[in-house]
Amino acid sequence: MKLTLKIWRQKNATDKGAIKTYTLDNVSEHMSFLEMMDVLNEQLITEGKEEPIAFDHDCREGICGMCSMHINGEPHGPDRGVTTCQLHMRKFNDGDTIYIEPFRAKGFPVVKDLVVDRSAFDRIQHAGGFISVPTSGNTQDANATPVPKADADKAFDAATCIGCGACVASCKNASAMLFVSAKVSQFSLLPQGKVEAKRRVLNMVEQMDKEGFGNCTNTGACSVECPKGISLENIARMNREYLKATISGE
Amino acid sequence: MSVLDAKIPEGPIKDKWTNHKNKINLVNPANKRLIDVIVVGTGLAGGSAAASLAEMGYNVKAFCFQDSPRRAHSIAAQGGINAAKNYQNDGDSVYRLFYDTVKGGDYRSREANVYRLAEVSTNIIDQCVAQGVPFAREYGGLLDNRSFGGVLVSRTFYAKGQTGQQLLLGAYSAMNRQIGKGKIKMYSRHEMLDLVKVDGKARGIIARNTVTGELEKHSAHAVVIASGGYGNVFFLSTNAMGSNVTAAWKIHKKGAYFANPCYTQIHPTCIPRSGDYQSKLTLMSESLRNDGRIWVPKHLKDVEAIKNGTKKPTELSEDERDYYLERRYPAFGNLVPRDVASRAAKERCDAGFGVNETGEAVYLDFASAIERYGKEKATILGEVDASTERIKALGEKVVENKYGNLFQMYEKITDENPYKTPMQIYPAVHYTMGGVWVDYNLMTTIPGCYAAGEANFSDHGANRLGASALMQGLADGYFVLPYTIGDYLAGDIRTGPIPTDTPEFDDALNDVKARLEKFINNNGTKSVDSFHKRLGKVMWNKVGMARNEKGLKEAIDEIKEIREEFHRDVYVPGDMYNLNPELEKASRVSDFIELGELFANDALERMESCGGHFREESAEEDGPQKGEAKRDDVNYAHVSAWEWTGDPSAPVMHKEKLTFNDIELKQRSYK
Ligand SMILES: Cc1cc2nc3c(=O)[nH]c(=O)nc-3n(C[C@H](O)[C@H](O)[C@H](O)COP(=O)(O)OP(=O)(O)OC[C@H]3O[C@@H](n4cnc5c(N)ncnc54)[C@H](O)[C@@H]3O)c2cc1C
Ligand code: SF4
Ligand code: FES
Repeated sequence: MKLTLKIWRQKNATDKGAIKTYTLDNVSEHMSFLEMMDVLNEQLITEGKEEPIAFDHDCREGICGMCSMHINGEPHGPDRGVTTCQLHMRKFNDGDTIYIEPFRAKGFPVVKDLVVDRSAFDRIQHAGGFISVPTSGNTQDANATPVPKADADKAFDAATCIGCGACVASCKNASAMLFVSAKVSQFSLLPQGKVEAKRRVLNMVEQMDKEGFGNCTNTGACSVECPKGISLENIARMNREYLKATISGE
Repeated sequence: MSVLDAKIPEGPIKDKWTNHKNKINLVNPANKRLIDVIVVGTGLAGGSAAASLAEMGYNVKAFCFQDSPRRAHSIAAQGGINAAKNYQNDGDSVYRLFYDTVKGGDYRSREANVYRLAEVSTNIIDQCVAQGVPFAREYGGLLDNRSFGGVLVSRTFYAKGQTGQQLLLGAYSAMNRQIGKGKIKMYSRHEMLDLVKVDGKARGIIARNTVTGELEKHSAHAVVIASGGYGNVFFLSTNAMGSNVTAAWKIHKKGAYFANPCYTQIHPTCIPRSGDYQSKLTLMSESLRNDGRIWVPKHLKDVEAIKNGTKKPTELSEDERDYYLERRYPAFGNLVPRDVASRAAKERCDAGFGVNETGEAVYLDFASAIERYGKEKATILGEVDASTERIKALGEKVVENKYGNLFQMYEKITDENPYKTPMQIYPAVHYTMGGVWVDYNLMTTIPGCYAAGEANFSDHGANRLGASALMQGLADGYFVLPYTIGDYLAGDIRTGPIPTDTPEFDDALNDVKARLEKFINNNGTKSVDSFHKRLGKVMWNKVGMARNEKGLKEAIDEIKEIREEFHRDVYVPGDMYNLNPELEKASRVSDFIELGELFANDALERMESCGGHFREESAEEDGPQKGEAKRDDVNYAHVSAWEWTGDPSAPVMHKEKLTFNDIELKQRSYK
């Protein structure tokens, strides 16, 4: 296929940035989206006129959460349930024009080209994304507390969030509620995490607000774009936990 | 050549670790506050080490090149983690896990280390559950297990196909707790580019902030390298794109010996390659071999028919299929260890039975599992007359519950539905058993410099069993290093902070700067990737699944040529003081090229076959084991630990003799 690519170029965090147009021939439908970007970069390097396009990626199998492109107006592009690295060119047609931009949100400043800074997500977790047990291994036997399979499965589902930030990028308010609620739920659904549940939700929400993420107005766009299908139930659960924690105080 | 001392404690194997812990020096809590430790890497090994050391009271500085510690490559591990819990009551024990691991490693690992690994394995599971790791459970609420290749018990704990992710999030959460308390200072988007030695001891590192490009000096009383494996020396592997050898290689060049570089695991079940643009290969977890059956057509005419599209694999009758693993290895069947399964696939494909266009693919088929599970489910539901369709649907649901995310991953990449048609798979580079040489305390040959996780060499011998890398990473980080490092640091309680305004730090920084500037100013014509791909091709064709003297010698010459041309003609666009992924890659590929040569030299020197290292000259010639790998215990029951001499083509070898007191050396048989 032949493609026209309109790609966001920005030299560094302070540069204003602009869209530039590139054309690429001979794109195979079996390529992944990032392999298509590799081919474009190889072309730019061979021409030697401008720097290749910087983008974040690592695992290239949808699990590390590093890749983060806004493709034709959607985080991770048109396919559902996948990250940018899992998107394949067979989802596009010969002659298409594709717009490629970084994730946009106040909490995610652009570093360069398509690379953004998502360290706000880490800071939210420093505030409470853990269970306070020592790492000595001298805990009780793993089977001492049975956990109902349904709870374990739900905690697992919440814990599959890869921290990519597509939920924030898809939200008109740039809210981080889906991400934070997945983290809160993962712990609060398990007996081991219940003990600190109140403190956790209060601290994490406070940090989330400090980072400049917007409010949740229940549009649900986040869950639609989430590559891991993190459910809106988590937001409801976090709201309940938060309410409980603020009413009872600590 | 010298003989290396691994510092294995005295006494019976089952008491060694306990005795050692009782005897080693401790640092009191007040003094720990005066001691800094650098941890390079935040995967399972580095993340768990950083969290534990910080919790004990040391000041930890942790480094990773990704934008968050949670994205370390451990996140991608799928299948599971072993532990000798014997929850299934199937006869498992610490001894059996130890035995399986040593046998699986083809008797080329260090007994004492492996025993300790098996011993602490049970703590890992307790620890992770306490941290909130959501392992798979049964309906009664207890933990579930599955079995993995090369063993006869079910000892693998898992979280669907995302075990690595869940374990890493556990270690990351333990880190978060310490970062929140200020005990760990985290440096994400930082790449370690050299080790700094003062008076012969590891005292710091030079790291590049990859966003600003600034070079930074960081000092500490000890340095832990937990930077993962070097499978990307093959360019194509199941590793993440950024996985690299740089941290390990830099300490090697400063005096740390590199052990058994040629021991590589080629994993049997990966999605076959498709085109030249391919950037990485994707693993389909070994857990799939619990339920999937591997086969190729029995007759070449069917292979042709499948290739030209006139026949579908599902149309072949049972009689027309060759379930070659079940045929050759009736005792273990589809669950033979990885090296054995990979070679068997290669053997069939080399004989012309590969089922895709490139001739490099075999089938992994779930049809019988789907039918079996469907029937079980129908019985449970009381549906005595369930139709074939209904049974299939029920069975597919069960399979989806077990492997859903893997099946989805497969479908996204290949555009084929593995519930309806068998998966196509082929071996790919996956893991490196070789790595930095360490003694029993995980210390390298540089005092104060440690190596943990996939970056070291110690526990897996010449072949790693499934689900044991996660175990080793967490054992090293949570339960071994925190003890053994104290023994060394006890000597440092009066040292005080290590200054960085010294000639040692300045020289190291200037060296790094000169190296990077040379890349930027090189004015070459070819991209970094073009060299990396060339190196990968040589490695795969001549230093891959089967190796021989002629090929290895050619490889060594070709790699030398690539190295010379790389330094002459590589083109690195952009500048140094800005985010510059091409510069990062250039520095890594330059190290891969040097490693590649050592790797081939090591493979050439080891004239036996063992585990993942198969020398064509050393195979069983007749008898029931005909064609299987043939070890040479008389001449090769040792670790080859290589010393850097300044010339990549002239490394010097040292040996650590391997003695087996608790396990009898045998021909590994899975028949
Ligand atoms: C697809 C896949 C599936 C797997 N599945 C399983 C499984 O089911 N069970 C199992 O037991 N094993 C499995 N393995 C193997 C296992 O995942 C790895 O061996 C293990 O996770 C390695 O952990 P680690 O902590 O040693 O290194 P990694 O997780 O690779 O971490 C390396 C860390 O070092 C950092 N780093 C590297 N170089 C530098 C540098 N120069 N400067 C700063 N930081 C640096 C990185 O940023 C990263 O944080 C799998 C491997 C793959 C590839
Ligand atoms: S909730 Fe979904 S979209 Fe948001 S960070 Fe997690 S995986 Fe990404
Ligand atoms: S590169 Fe890891 S999720 Fe896309």
